[in-house]
Amino acid sequence: MQLTLWTYEGPPHVGAMRVATAMTDVHYVLHAPQGDTYADLLFTMIERLPRRPPVTYTTFQARDLGGDTAELFKDAARQAMARFNPAAMLVGSSCTAELIQDDPGGLAQALKLTIPVVALELPSYQRKENWGASETFYQLCRHLVHKPDSGKPAKARPTCNILGPSALGFRHRDDVKEITQLLNQLGVDVAVVAPLSASVADVQKLAEADFNVVLYPEIGLAAAQWLQRQFDQPYTKTVPLGSHATRDFITEVCALTGLPQPAQDPSNAHAHWYAKSVDSTYLTGKRVYIFGDATHVVAAARIASQEMGFEVVGLGTYSREFAREVRDCAKRYGVEALITDDYLEVETQINALQPELILGTQMERHIAKRQGIPCAVISAPVHVQDFPARYAPQMGFEGANVLFDTWVHPLMMGLEEHLIGMFREDFEFHAGAAPSHLGSTRPAAENVAPTVAAPVATPVVVSAAPAPTDTLITHSVQKIAVPAQAASNQATWSPEAEKELGKIPFFVRGKARRNTERFAQDQGVATITVETLYDAKAHFSR
Amino acid sequence: MSTVIPIRAETSGCTDVVPLVERGQREVFCGLTGIIWLHRKIQDAFFLVVGSRTCAHLIQSAAGVMIFAEPRFGTAIIDERDLAGLADVHEELDRVVGQLLARRPDIRLLFLVGSCPSEVIKLDLSRAAERQNQIHHPKVRVLNYSGSGIETTFTQGEDACLAAMVPGLPASAPDTAPALMVVGTLADVVEDQMRNLFDRMGLQVSFFPPRNSQAMPVVGPNTRYLLAQPFLADTARALQSRGAQHLAAPFPLGVEGTTAWLQAAANEFGVATEVFEQATAAPRQRAEKALAVQRQMLQGQRIFFFPDSQLEIPLARFVHRELGMDLVEVGTPYLHRQHMAAELALIPEGTRISEGQDVDLQLDRCIADAPDLVVCGLGLANPLEAQGITTKWAIELVFTPIQGYEQAADLAGLFSRPLKRRLKLAA
Repeated sequence: MQLTLWTYEGPPHVGAMRVATAMTDVHYVLHAPQGDTYADLLFTMIERLPRRPPVTYTTFQARDLGGDTAELFKDAARQAMARFNPAAMLVGSSCTAELIQDDPGGLAQALKLTIPVVALELPSYQRKENWGASETFYQLCRHLVHKPDSGKPAKARPTCNILGPSALGFRHRDDVKEITQLLNQLGVDVAVVAPLSASVADVQKLAEADFNVVLYPEIGLAAAQWLQRQFDQPYTKTVPLGSHATRDFITEVCALTGLPQPAQDPSNAHAHWYAKSVDSTYLTGKRVYIFGDATHVVAAARIASQEMGFEVVGLGTYSREFAREVRDCAKRYGVEALITDDYLEVETQINALQPELILGTQMERHIAKRQGIPCAVISAPVHVQDFPARYAPQMGFEGANVLFDTWVHPLMMGLEEHLIGMFREDFEFHAGAAPSHLGSTRPAAENVAPTVAAPVATPVVVSAAPAPTDTLITHSVQKIAVPAQAASNQATWSPEAEKELGKIPFFVRGKARRNTERFAQDQGVATITVETLYDAKAHFSR
Repeated sequence: MSTVIPIRAETSGCTDVVPLVERGQREVFCGLTGIIWLHRKIQDAFFLVVGSRTCAHLIQSAAGVMIFAEPRFGTAIIDERDLAGLADVHEELDRVVGQLLARRPDIRLLFLVGSCPSEVIKLDLSRAAERQNQIHHPKVRVLNYSGSGIETTFTQGEDACLAAMVPGLPASAPDTAPALMVVGTLADVVEDQMRNLFDRMGLQVSFFPPRNSQAMPVVGPNTRYLLAQPFLADTARALQSRGAQHLAAPFPLGVEGTTAWLQAAANEFGVATEVFEQATAAPRQRAEKALAVQRQMLQGQRIFFFPDSQLEIPLARFVHRELGMDLVEVGTPYLHRQHMAAELALIPEGTRISEGQDVDLQLDRCIADAPDLVVCGLGLANPLEAQGITTKWAIELVFTPIQGYEQAADLAGLFSRPLKRRLKLAA
């Protein structure tokens, strides 16, 4: 027994539902008790599907357990056949039905349906959602894919299938569009995308393409490996997540097809330049923690390190099936991979590492919120806001643009961070100031006397560094001082000097005031004149 | 202004209705879902489901973002070692409960909640609860009930939970005067309003479930109880066996339902008419005024209820009598005739009432009827909207405070909002 408050993955039959719902003419008859229909709302609410998932539940109840549950299953299958007229049927058990040991496969066979029936064995007490999806897609391929005719018609362009996208997949809809465009530009036609929006007839034709593109190994790899064994159909090993990986993916596709490699990136590849622009300098060495499914974690680590200039301080996954890949990946960044489906372990590790940015799932978003750490979502499980209306791929060059924006946004933009640091003591920006868009709440006198340094609500720690040697007008943030303390031997400002001080840009005025006062004190000057001000400037600019 | 709305129907209404009983695929939640509002109510209780990953996933999906605020519910997931008999399930449970209570020392009441898998493998949770009681006594009390889908539908989970608490309620002293108990989870704000109304009538009232497990209400032959919720068949039976007497009334939804519900208590305890009037007149008039606005929007609209929570019949009575809506079909997962008697009498004769579900057939009927508004679960709502049918998702009616005078217009607003939205977006 395992104590669980949160689970990263659902049971395996939810994975099977993701495959069935992705396809257009498959129906899933699920031997399940009343209540398991809750899973429908993942599709109708989170993914906002305008149709019911193609699943019929037998809905057995306690009084049925006496012995006629098998008959109940046969009735449900018969009725689903008559009502939905699918081109293929999936049959299987949910966790409870697995215990009562009816045999959906055998029962369906006895019905002698005229369509292919794929019996699913999904061990609910050992496996989870992604495994269920992978197994279902693999079994569908095994049952449906036809051997291509030996005399394949010669095609003008090479063709491929895209394997892995499913219902309830994180950004699967837009990734498919992005990668299809990329392949088309390279000169490759996409024959079949499966399981997402594929029909049974589409799956039957899978072996006719020249190669397979595996977008999501968690769901598509087992089928791709089988297609390679059966039909010598190669598949791509690179997942095109990030600019570098997308380029590697293009190289791989060109090597598989013999097509020429494009000389340069397309005109929409902005992320690379954005990361190089000076505003991104502050991203250098930001400490990032990464958690999610294996594919997105491995890719995110590479992007974070090589494309964003972050430091990966920890990573992990809940995908036990791909633990080895994630461990290998972690080694490259000199960290230990955390393989767990217990969010408390993830929270503990984040707590210990105190990263500056977390890339994770919905769960890490909440951990981050509790700890006040910026966070971006990179992987399922996700909530409704991560099935956006707008175009938002993760893959390909547009995906790299989306990732750049998504990851940088929660961090304060560099310029913004810099300016706020500089203005920290200004009357408009100090910690106690009301936001300017809400109108001023301070007395009018303070507004008309900008030369008076406003009191700072929370004292800024004055750096203990030696006396600053930079010029009066400086952008050094840390060294901006608190307003002059009222000391007994404090020099007084002449009206002219006060006026001159007012000409200095407000964001460094406080520092100029402090430096001048310190200079006056050191020199034993009682009244600060305009001369003193510039003497002080010259003194500190040595 | 009007006095008490007379509770008498022109005809016998649907008292003798023969519902359309259907068996087939049901698009409903299981009783585990009740945990989501029960744990909010009883603030020092923890609900530990003994079940599968599916159960954990269900609660997580239903709880939405609530899962992250250190919720007081969780799942002990049964794994293959438990099934193969490799691990002693009771020892495993000891370990998990120990782990849990060490983590949450503030917990005083622990529910072991049965699920379909635990029921099918015949895991004896009542024995397990006894054993845990011995281990953790006196700091923590451990009870058990089943929220499994094979036995309970959605709100029936609350029924099972409350029924499990009844035997442990302290007995009232035998010679005390009759006292009132309100049974069924109400939002705290509603509970406070009701307490206030009873106060003004001079009635002492206790609420069950309580907000804290250390403040359980007393029960005995002098207890008179009002049901605040329609889904409490087993709880009522358990209270009856402790000698408590049920006060028959409609449920406190809308002005009429609330007044009749309060009146039932007032009659039992001999509250003078003028005292009752004084206590209820102001909020009643306020609610009637607020409802009049909603009525303009909803009058004559045809409504169809899919089965979900057993609240459907009282809700249908409210929307028909107070908002002027026409009832196309009123589906309920389970029809308890005795508890529903006062409600059925107020439903117009000839209304199609269905019990149970065959969802495909019911959808066929719904689409053929082309109602103006359909009350249904989240699995059906968007697919129906996509077909041009306006829906109101039912689960909100369970999570939102809807009982009593002050909430009557809010309740009406839940029905009018989708229709308003449709008009706005079409314009």
